Amino acid sequence: MSNHWLLLSPAGAFLLAALALFVIDSIDPDSTNGPLLSAVATVGGLVAAVASGALLLSGAIDLPAQFFEGQLVVDGMSLIFTFIFGSVTALVSLASLDYVRELPYKAEYYLLVLLAATGMSLMASANSLAVVFVALELSSLPSYALVAYLKTNRGSVEAGLKYFLVGALSSSILVYGISLVYAATGSLLLEDVAAGASEAAATYPGVLGVGILMVLGGFAFKTASVPFHFWAPDAYEGAPAPVAAFISSASKAAGFVVAFRVFTVAFPIGDVASSVDWVLAFTILAVVTMTVGNFAAATQENVKRMLAYSSIGHAGYVLIGLAALTGAGGVGAETTALGASMLHLLVYGFMNTGAFLFIALGEHWELGRTFEDYNGLAREAPVACVAMTVFMFSLAGLPVGGGFLSKYFLIVGAVGAGVWWLGAVLAVNSALSLFYYSRVVKAMWIEEPEEGREIESYPTALYAAIVGAAVVTVLLLPGLAVFDVAAFDAAGALL
Amino acid sequence: MLIEALIAVCLLGAGAVMVAPDRYAGKLAFGISALPVVGSLYMYFGFDGSGNALLGGDIAYETFFEWLSVGPYTVNYHMGLDGISLPLVVLSTVLTMLAILSAWTPIDERQSQFYGLMLFMEAALIGVFAALDFLLWFVFWEAVLVPMYFLIGVWGGPRRKYAAIKFFVYTNIASLVMFIGFFALVFGLGDAVSSTGLPEIAQALRAGQLSALGPVPASTLALAAFVAMFVGFAVKVPAVPFHTWLPDAHVEAPTPASVMLAGVLLKMGTYALLRFNFTMLPEQAATLAVPIAALAVVSIIYGALLALAQSDLKRIVAYSSVSSMGYVILGLIAYTVYGVGGATFQMVAHGLISGLLFMTVGVFYNATHTRMVGDMSGMADRMPVTAGVFVAGAFAYMGLPLMAGFAAELFIFIGAFQSTVIPAAPLFTALAMFGIVIVAGYLLWAMQRSLFGPFRLETDYEITRAPVHDVVPIVTLVLLIVLLGTVPELFWGMIQDASAAVIDVGGDL
Repeated sequence: MSNHWLLLSPAGAFLLAALALFVIDSIDPDSTNGPLLSAVATVGGLVAAVASGALLLSGAIDLPAQFFEGQLVVDGMSLIFTFIFGSVTALVSLASLDYVRELPYKAEYYLLVLLAATGMSLMASANSLAVVFVALELSSLPSYALVAYLKTNRGSVEAGLKYFLVGALSSSILVYGISLVYAATGSLLLEDVAAGASEAAATYPGVLGVGILMVLGGFAFKTASVPFHFWAPDAYEGAPAPVAAFISSASKAAGFVVAFRVFTVAFPIGDVASSVDWVLAFTILAVVTMTVGNFAAATQENVKRMLAYSSIGHAGYVLIGLAALTGAGGVGAETTALGASMLHLLVYGFMNTGAFLFIALGEHWELGRTFEDYNGLAREAPVACVAMTVFMFSLAGLPVGGGFLSKYFLIVGAVGAGVWWLGAVLAVNSALSLFYYSRVVKAMWIEEPEEGREIESYPTALYAAIVGAAVVTVLLLPGLAVFDVAAFDAAGALL
Repeated sequence: MLIEALIAVCLLGAGAVMVAPDRYAGKLAFGISALPVVGSLYMYFGFDGSGNALLGGDIAYETFFEWLSVGPYTVNYHMGLDGISLPLVVLSTVLTMLAILSAWTPIDERQSQFYGLMLFMEAALIGVFAALDFLLWFVFWEAVLVPMYFLIGVWGGPRRKYAAIKFFVYTNIASLVMFIGFFALVFGLGDAVSSTGLPEIAQALRAGQLSALGPVPASTLALAAFVAMFVGFAVKVPAVPFHTWLPDAHVEAPTPASVMLAGVLLKMGTYALLRFNFTMLPEQAATLAVPIAALAVVSIIYGALLALAQSDLKRIVAYSSVSSMGYVILGLIAYTVYGVGGATFQMVAHGLISGLLFMTVGVFYNATHTRMVGDMSGMADRMPVTAGVFVAGAFAYMGLPLMAGFAAELFIFIGAFQSTVIPAAPLFTALAMFGIVIVAGYLLWAMQRSLFGPFRLETDYEITRAPVHDVVPIVTLVLLIVLLGTVPELFWGMIQDASAAVIDVGGDL
């Protein structure tokens, strides 16, 4: 077990960029030098993404590595997720340059994004329930503030308040669950919890069971899974669009990485099944989340809300990774399912961020938010509309982008693990999702444009971020091969 | 790497055309589309494959490397051509080039996007016919839908939105059904296969290595998968009763898109039927021979009767495709070398002939702005060349000797007549042949009313001969149809070679 400090460089990149922003803002608090602030944040995200990608794929340093007496662990999974956080942070910071151009307190905005990203990268490495909680709060608190960032906008403030109240409640549930788990097992370190789990399940089945379920509830909030999802559409709709992109892609992935690690490492299903069958809980959660998310998305008239609900649907797809850990299909199949969940989050990080950034572009142009408001937009902004088409079709699972392959992996994993009907539910939901995703495409390309729309500016940074996300989404179709072995190895190491 | 080069040329060309100014887009796209034609002809003359690509034959222009590995299966990048796919690749490139030329007149807005999508679709079509791994094939298969959705939805007729959505939804649900059916087979094969490669799966299935999947026994699994795949592909073909999206899509689509739809996209369905259902699961096909043959005959007769009932020239041609593709299904289910080979030959022949008829109808429409048979009359007076081409195309459709349609239908009828798989094969064949009479009926009737007789269309502009760039593609197609009809050996040898392997299964069929 190595403990090479270089492995902490991705998280360090976020933190250093955040500190740099502090310094810049301290030197000149009234600065409105948006490009500089945006560049610092973007570079911070990029460095984190490149560093974690390089550490992951080069194999130069032996993984996993532990730090601070096992409180933090850096392994394949944490690097994959830090890569996601870094990429999303870079895209969002780049796109925000145009979005927050007219708004005050720019340095604080980027600072909050970077601090949240730092928290997320800590979540990916958390190896103790205490660190899990601290990291989760570090990523959540800046997110609350970011959602309410448009403080003169009622929707934004309301969304921030809602997000904050539900988040605070979920945090308390989570921390209470952690205390129960501690009471039952006598430890917070995940490995030690696992060591005491089977004894605790026999001695205090109720305490441990309720504790695990409360921890599950806390994570379900962070990942916007049903029934802890109801904050998400309001928060995403009210939040500034780049922030919605950030919390629906990165924050959701952070919730999942913690769930993956805590449930596989600390609560091995073989040891705790007599107390609580969390695989069954995740199975129910997956089916309900997929179905509710997709059906709700299909009934929306507001594109941003549609994306919010579809984001809930995708949380349901990812939950298959945990729901497949039934022990019936052998380690190989479970590795495939869990690895597929990671890959889906990786692809999702790009396609969903891109989609929300396109909404940000729409808000920049003050187009309005319904499907009709996008009518005929392809005539004025063909490049952005091509990118949005890629995002929509890839989210729907058509093979224009990596979304197709990651869904295919999920199906193979589910079938291999003996829960083939979860794969079938995914396939049916995916087919349904094409209906509402293609509405956006139809509006942009096929419908006639509204009268009197004026598009004056074509914001460069926002465009660059959208096109970049689209290019990566398409490249991930052939290029997922770069990550698949790493993801399956990471999943195998956990199981 | 020649196949990849063709696809790359199309994709890069699509990108170049998309950013080109509208004025040059058409000419640029035509120039670019000539390159894949040259490439595919080069591949034709250098073809050194033999046998069937899925059944252990020598694959020409093969590329193979590992792409992804997921659980027990690897997904490979595997491309290659055999005697069945090469003719269809040649058809795709030639027809795309001609369709692009025929688009110069009717497409007058957002040209660069239109031609870009056409080239993108060409790339996907080449991929569909050349891919030898299921996942790779599926990527191309679905990628064809996207440009066609836009081509219908943006440049189509008055009801284009409805037609585009209907096309998209129908074919996508069909893809899903087929996808589930195919993966039921893959999972049923279990450890017998280690990749999603079509040759590996086809050979494992033919070797009888399918085992039970959960509580479902192997025989039921195979039959269910056969039906799921058949339904999925029958929508694309389209066979009655899955054909209802086709007239809407055809009538609303702009002419060049109709040409591609009838000429190549429908062949994706029959090609997939041949590759998947009839090559991988011959025993299940034999079990279902009667219903499939009946479906084929119903498609032939009913499609022809529907065509007979239309008054819109384009609808007539559209419904006639239902009928013609019925012949293909009949040839496939016959399981004889003439049947399967004839079906493949008919795919190429019908691609040329229906493409020709759609283009000709398009030329008439450009001039008259009507497609109603009742409104037109005496078009032969004003547009003699176009009218002559239409007559030639109609005769080819009816199966006049020395034209491509005759050779194809003859092969199919011989094959179906000899079939030992279909009980009472001569009866089914005789019923199917009756379809030709109806075809002759509606085409002669339509020609009689629209082309001949006195000219009486009243427009506020002069109706004159079509411009050269409209006439060149249709005349080229006539020449190709005659060439293929007089020298069927151009493709027949390689088709026969690749088809024979499909038939040769244990000898008990």
